[in-house]
Amino acid sequence: MLRYIGKRLLNYVILLYVAVSLTYLLAATQLNPRALWAVRQPPVDPVIVESQLRQYNLSENVPLFERYWTWLTGVLHGDWGYSPVGLNVAEQVSTRMWVSLRLLLIGTLAGIIMGVAVGAWTATRQYKVSDRVITALSLLVISTPAFVVGHVTQILAIMFNNATGTRFFEFIGETGDVGNYPFADLVDRAQHLLLPTLVLILLEVASMSRIQRNLMLDSLGADYVRTARAKGLPQHKAVMKHALRTALIPTGTYVAFAVATMFVGATFTERIFNFPGLGQYGVDAITNRDVNGIVAVTAFSGVCVLVGAILSDIMVAILDPRVRLQ
Amino acid sequence: MSNVQPLKNRKTQAGDTVLSVTDLHVTFPSEAGQVRAVRGLSFDLAAGETLAIVGESGSGKSVTSLAVMGLHPPTTKITGSIKLHGEELLGRSDEEMSKIRGRDLAMVFQDPLSALTPVYTVGDQIVEAIQAHYEISKAKAWQRAIELLDLVGIPNPQTRVKSFPFEFSGGMRQRVMIAMAIANDPDVIIADEPTTALDVTIQAQVLEVLKTAQKETGAAIIMITHDLGIVAGMSERVVVMYAGRPVETGTVDDIFYTPRMPYTVGLLGTVPRLDQASDGALPVLEGNPPSVVDLPPGCPFAPRCPAVIDRCLTAEPELVTTTSVDHQAACYRLDELAGISHAELFPAPELSASDLAEVPREQRPVVLELKGLERHYPLMKGAIYRHQIGTVHAVDGIDLDIREGETLGLVGESGCGKTTTLMEILNLAKPTGGAIEVLGQNTATLNRRERKALRRNLQVVFQDPMASLDPRMPIFDIIAEPMGVHGYSKDEIEKRVRELLQLVGLEPAHSDRYPQHFSGGQRQRIGIARALSLEPKVMVLDEPVSALDVSIQAGVINLLDDLQRKLGLSYLFVAHDLAVIRHIADRVAVMYLGSIVEIGDVDAVYENPRHPYTQALLSAIPIPDPQTERSRNRIMLSGDLPSPSDPPSGCKFRTRCFLHQTLSEPEKARCIGELPQLVAKGSDHRVACHFSDRASQ
Repeated sequence: MLRYIGKRLLNYVILLYVAVSLTYLLAATQLNPRALWAVRQPPVDPVIVESQLRQYNLSENVPLFERYWTWLTGVLHGDWGYSPVGLNVAEQVSTRMWVSLRLLLIGTLAGIIMGVAVGAWTATRQYKVSDRVITALSLLVISTPAFVVGHVTQILAIMFNNATGTRFFEFIGETGDVGNYPFADLVDRAQHLLLPTLVLILLEVASMSRIQRNLMLDSLGADYVRTARAKGLPQHKAVMKHALRTALIPTGTYVAFAVATMFVGATFTERIFNFPGLGQYGVDAITNRDVNGIVAVTAFSGVCVLVGAILSDIMVAILDPRVRLQ
Repeated sequence: MSNVQPLKNRKTQAGDTVLSVTDLHVTFPSEAGQVRAVRGLSFDLAAGETLAIVGESGSGKSVTSLAVMGLHPPTTKITGSIKLHGEELLGRSDEEMSKIRGRDLAMVFQDPLSALTPVYTVGDQIVEAIQAHYEISKAKAWQRAIELLDLVGIPNPQTRVKSFPFEFSGGMRQRVMIAMAIANDPDVIIADEPTTALDVTIQAQVLEVLKTAQKETGAAIIMITHDLGIVAGMSERVVVMYAGRPVETGTVDDIFYTPRMPYTVGLLGTVPRLDQASDGALPVLEGNPPSVVDLPPGCPFAPRCPAVIDRCLTAEPELVTTTSVDHQAACYRLDELAGISHAELFPAPELSASDLAEVPREQRPVVLELKGLERHYPLMKGAIYRHQIGTVHAVDGIDLDIREGETLGLVGESGCGKTTTLMEILNLAKPTGGAIEVLGQNTATLNRRERKALRRNLQVVFQDPMASLDPRMPIFDIIAEPMGVHGYSKDEIEKRVRELLQLVGLEPAHSDRYPQHFSGGQRQRIGIARALSLEPKVMVLDEPVSALDVSIQAGVINLLDDLQRKLGLSYLFVAHDLAVIRHIADRVAVMYLGSIVEIGDVDAVYENPRHPYTQALLSAIPIPDPQTERSRNRIMLSGDLPSPSDPPSGCKFRTRCFLHQTLSEPEKARCIGELPQLVAKGSDHRVACHFSDRASQ
């Protein structure tokens, strides 16, 4: 098992190196950080601009390979470079990934668990009214773009706040006005987290329940569930212990990916609720012509996806004895 | 054999009725309408006895078993009465039924590969069955699970109890299923086609285990099967079902020796017999079983019955007691038909005369010859760095020849290399070892054009008539396709498709219909017509009748027989059903782990098998004759087929050979060290066994 994972890891490192290098070459040739200064009023002295760009390894007057080499040696020493305005990219990523995690952790995990439960439950009630209603609702959510769902919930939250005359729902940023009572800080954060978490749960439940419903339908019709019933297990026990347990194996891979990619953030949710997370950072990096930032975000996302892949292999091995023992 | 203690006292004493089913009706909705799957089934099951329910697919036998267990889908409508120990089961809630299921009523299902939950150990699953009904400590339950595995003949039960289902072979999994079924000393075990998915030697083992389990627990068994041989060997009483209706019930001897209902008579007569040589055609039950949606009035068998009278078409006959007390049959002409032989009722059709009949075998040209044919597959491992870790010896050097107008049967258990051999021949390419000659041409030397030309002469019929026909093509196109590829003109194709449909017994006017409009037997006829379209000399038949119901099988076998005589075809006929091979083949080759262990004239091999494996194989097959079954002494093979990636040294069969165990040490060493070659033991009979002279004693 260890040797197997070791081999996979080596493969992933090579894959990652190629992907990140290509991203660097693409970003470095296509983005023009000098343009950031061109719009400044009053105009900035081109000599100063050039020296600042050279300082951050961003000047297109330096040959591409030389810039790539400077960047690569920097990365190997743990230095991911600077944005055109001099922000340390590594610092940005390392603070923002925790913001993303704080935003996504509860929403994703609760969404997956509830999605699995809803999916499994609707499978046992196939074609009944409850199944049809939930199917229709989740299809509605899935086919609505995330930013629409986000804005609609914000409007509803404002209506609620206005109607009650409170500020129960807070949805700009991570924190706001902190009151003066014990644990006020925590309460404030929870208030800010509530609405985006609800949105995330809604989106996650909608898609997860569809996946789990199909998996569950397959295993509900399996012969071994009938065997379990023939042994004398009541319906709910046979479903929980035999059908659901087997239907969770493919879900394990999905969960592993979802957990690993939580650090990468959710771009739309972060933008709408103004969480300074990694998803938002990635979009900002492109609009700000932040070559080093884009490459760092790409590399970090790549690591997360590959860690997710390894985690999912491990998950399957834990859940499925056929994989574990062969 | 065991020291498994009973968990409870029996409520019903031996000889009393334990399960009583009265006027059972099962109806469920379908898109086509109400399916009346069971209509008026009644039987009493005495404690400890074995009752067989026989019928073809759609006869309602499996639906009955699910209804008794209370495991039918909730939309099913059930009326009548099912009484266990005199207490009504119908109408009970699922919780109440759950307490009875697995404790008083247990079930063994058909497919052991999918019947066990893949993620739990077999021990977990047996323990679960025990703890679902009894407050018993975990340690005690595990101890009992080990004892049960020992009882059903699983070697090393202490370690195997912690194995997962995928670590067991099919036969072993079915033993686990039986262990689970008897875990709580049930009063009734329902076995629904328990051996249909298994090979014959494994089937014999599993049936023996069922008998042991019955002896140990005293349970009554309801044996649901389509195999009349199993009925003859296992059961004391029989219910024959047709279109949801019991049409005849009685003791096993009543049913087999004095059947009254024409369906039973026909069913018994159409089965090819392993123990009888036959040259002519099989008697045929014409037509197909009816759909149980919208049954017309009258006896459902009437459209197929040769003894039909007007009355049969107006009202359905009830079961009436015959001359024997326990024997009932549903037929208006019960008394008139008493004692009628099945040849009078179902005369075998005439077969065409063959031009080749007079030509001795030696003078006929060889149409297909295999010389030391080998097919080895590399066994690869690794996702990134792929490397070979072994070789699968799927076919390991076989020699055989087929001459014009004859049929060679190729038999053996699954995994022995039959299908690989066929595929190698059909490939018409250079094999990994040895040579294939079709009509005198070595396939290794062919170029593309020659290969295409040769393909016309070598055609194939597949096992599954559902999967081998494109459901989106009308059968005209299906049959015409090979002719189009080989450049026949449009008029020729038109004319020939009509001829072919007639030839295989189908209506030419139906050529614009799609495969879904035809029954299984008709679809297989379409497959045969397609194979014949190019007028081949050699036909390769891969289990062509094994997916068909018994009453349909005979018609297809007769058709193949007749076509061979008419057209001078040669067949390579692969089957696992040895009775079918005995009927249709002239010569037979028995394969074991990629090698031929015995080959020769079919009667010589069946009447005087010389290889221990052939002997065991023939002895494992149940014969539809209760008296013969009672007097037979089965040779039981131990264990499963070894893996073809790691075959035993020397004689490959030695690990399971009963003869090998009786040999002296130097003799054993010969089996281990030296691969036996095929040696002539008669004019057309060769055997690959060092000690075949002793085996035949």
